[in-house]
Amino acid sequence: MAARTLYDKVWDAHVVGVRDDGQTMLYIDQQLLHEVTSPQAFEGLTLAGRAPWRIDANLATPDHNVPTENREAGIEGITDLIAREQVETLDANCRRFGITQFDILDPRQGIVHVVGPEQGATLPGMTIVCGDSHTSTHGAFAALAQGIGTSDVEHVLATQCLVQNKAGNYSVRADGRLPEGVSAKDLVLAIIGRIGTAGATGHTIEFHGEAVRALSMEGRMTVCNMSIEAGARAGMVAVDDRTLEYVQGRPFAPSGGRWAEAEAYWRALVSDPDAIFDNELVLNAGELVPQVSWGTSPEMVIGIDAAMPNPADARDEGQADGIRRALAYMGLNADQPITEVKLDRVFIGSCTNSRIEDLRAAAAVARGRKVASSVKQAMVVPGSGLVKAQAEAEGLAQIFVDAGFEWRAAGCSMCLAMNPDKLQPGEHCASTSNRNFEGRQGHGGRTHLVSPAMAAAAAIAGHFTDVRALS
Amino acid sequence: MKAFNVETGIVMPLDRVNVDTDQIIPKQFLKSIHRTGFGDNLFDGWRFLDEGEMGKTPNERQINHEFVLNDPRYQEARFLLARENFGCGSSREHAVWALMEYGFRAVIAPSYADIFFSNCFKNGLLPIVLEEEKVEQLFRLCGGDTAVSLTVDLPSETITLPDGETVGFAIDPKRKVSLVKGLDDIGLTLAHKADIEAFEQTHRRNMPWLFDRLTGEARGSE
Repeated sequence: MAARTLYDKVWDAHVVGVRDDGQTMLYIDQQLLHEVTSPQAFEGLTLAGRAPWRIDANLATPDHNVPTENREAGIEGITDLIAREQVETLDANCRRFGITQFDILDPRQGIVHVVGPEQGATLPGMTIVCGDSHTSTHGAFAALAQGIGTSDVEHVLATQCLVQNKAGNYSVRADGRLPEGVSAKDLVLAIIGRIGTAGATGHTIEFHGEAVRALSMEGRMTVCNMSIEAGARAGMVAVDDRTLEYVQGRPFAPSGGRWAEAEAYWRALVSDPDAIFDNELVLNAGELVPQVSWGTSPEMVIGIDAAMPNPADARDEGQADGIRRALAYMGLNADQPITEVKLDRVFIGSCTNSRIEDLRAAAAVARGRKVASSVKQAMVVPGSGLVKAQAEAEGLAQIFVDAGFEWRAAGCSMCLAMNPDKLQPGEHCASTSNRNFEGRQGHGGRTHLVSPAMAAAAAIAGHFTDVRALS
Repeated sequence: MKAFNVETGIVMPLDRVNVDTDQIIPKQFLKSIHRTGFGDNLFDGWRFLDEGEMGKTPNERQINHEFVLNDPRYQEARFLLARENFGCGSSREHAVWALMEYGFRAVIAPSYADIFFSNCFKNGLLPIVLEEEKVEQLFRLCGGDTAVSLTVDLPSETITLPDGETVGFAIDPKRKVSLVKGLDDIGLTLAHKADIEAFEQTHRRNMPWLFDRLTGEARGSE
């Protein structure tokens, strides 16, 4: 057989067949559900008189619009009645169809892309879908994990298949080692900065190279999470010892003889040495510095040692116009150093950076320091109830509170500001989330994407600063 | 799904690259549990000057007259002309629902983000991929004082301009069939129910650890 990439292998193992219209039916091993993109899918299913194909392939938890305060009140604590109805609808649908849900009061509730791996629900070699573009996160486990729209949520519920054409293969190889103080987030932001937000459209990215191998599973999840910001629906990392160590012993992971059987298969989930990729990016991770996004697209990113771009240096009028528009929205000037940007708020959280390792990195910076008085609010939102409990047990929560951060309950929170956590017009926010689109964190809000350590450093300094100089 | 055959109407130029789905329909409107009610909030952050919220009607809002959607010439627009990477970002299908409910039947752009592109076909919104230079030609055509009317013919894969010139476009034939006929996508897959069941049996034999797993409480061991 011809040499295959990791993506080829997982794809091939899930092809059911070809539909009458010529499109491929791909079998889906796991669907993750949340309150925002599932109600219309369940409604469609009901209207058509169809039943879910396989209940045991679904796992649900509310995350997008749950409040991060007053969580003891459960559903009653959701003061926005429209949002409350959406969470209640997820409860009702899960009850009705017998789908396992970690509801708003369950200690295991959290951001769906944090919960899946944490519970061992996400396993190597799986096909995974969720009505959320950051489903790519699970690719860190050599799973083929893709975000889908609501019609496809319904389609997978009804048929256990996703109908699509196969994507191309994109190799992103990060050689060398990330320097101290430069994280997985900086790596992925730098990659997006190089290839652009449409750079990998129509492709599945495989992240490899020494720097990727050296990342923890949390770091790999951060990198795969933002594949979609480079245009790729899915990003993947090959299986190694670290993958298996993370999965073993988790509640939904196989055990005993079944584990041994699975492990033998999982070990083969790597690209063949001579596999051919359609596209390739090679970068030297050893040369990277902490990254900060300055504009309104994740590709508008620079190193902490750099200044805003100047439209006069753009390659064409289209790009110049984009830079001008973004600078105007952000209230920034051409050639202004990024360290001059003062922050109104700081957000540490989201499916990109809310795992225990992220909180440890931020706490290491915050320890013994204080949030600058000019910062109106600095908040830390753990990715799940279990991450929250662990951070409290490790003393991280106390470090944050002592430094002047707010310590919240788990959810998507200010990453997309569907819940009460949001920016006011014109405010600048250092955010560990994944999108800096106009209004993403609140109407008129100005988002700068950074790593957890850089966000904590910005909170302390009141403006962007190189975290490597702090320690 | 709504079928698409031949449609004639005005084209609205939106001269921006990387239009993301957060702009097409901002998050505060995603709290709805219905598939309808999004058209009034299409491009909400650009279309209005005040912050939108669910339940507010357009006549209670401050109109941004600078934004092309509010230009009187484009009130009946049926086609949206845009630049590369249209529909990037969030997977929210609400973006497609909002465009269709507003009245758009097709988008014309050099490229699209994958999830948005796929979502279009699930609802009967035609995403036409056109070479950069042809898109540029259409933008130039829209530069005059009067709105431009086009005819989009999916079966023949052509766009007819006001002067009678036709511009061809290509579409994946596998996706075209369903769109022209307005077929039920789930029904098409369920026609292969036996194939799915057969695959599932083999898959279960090969990878038993993927089955009987997410129900009830998590298992501690086998």
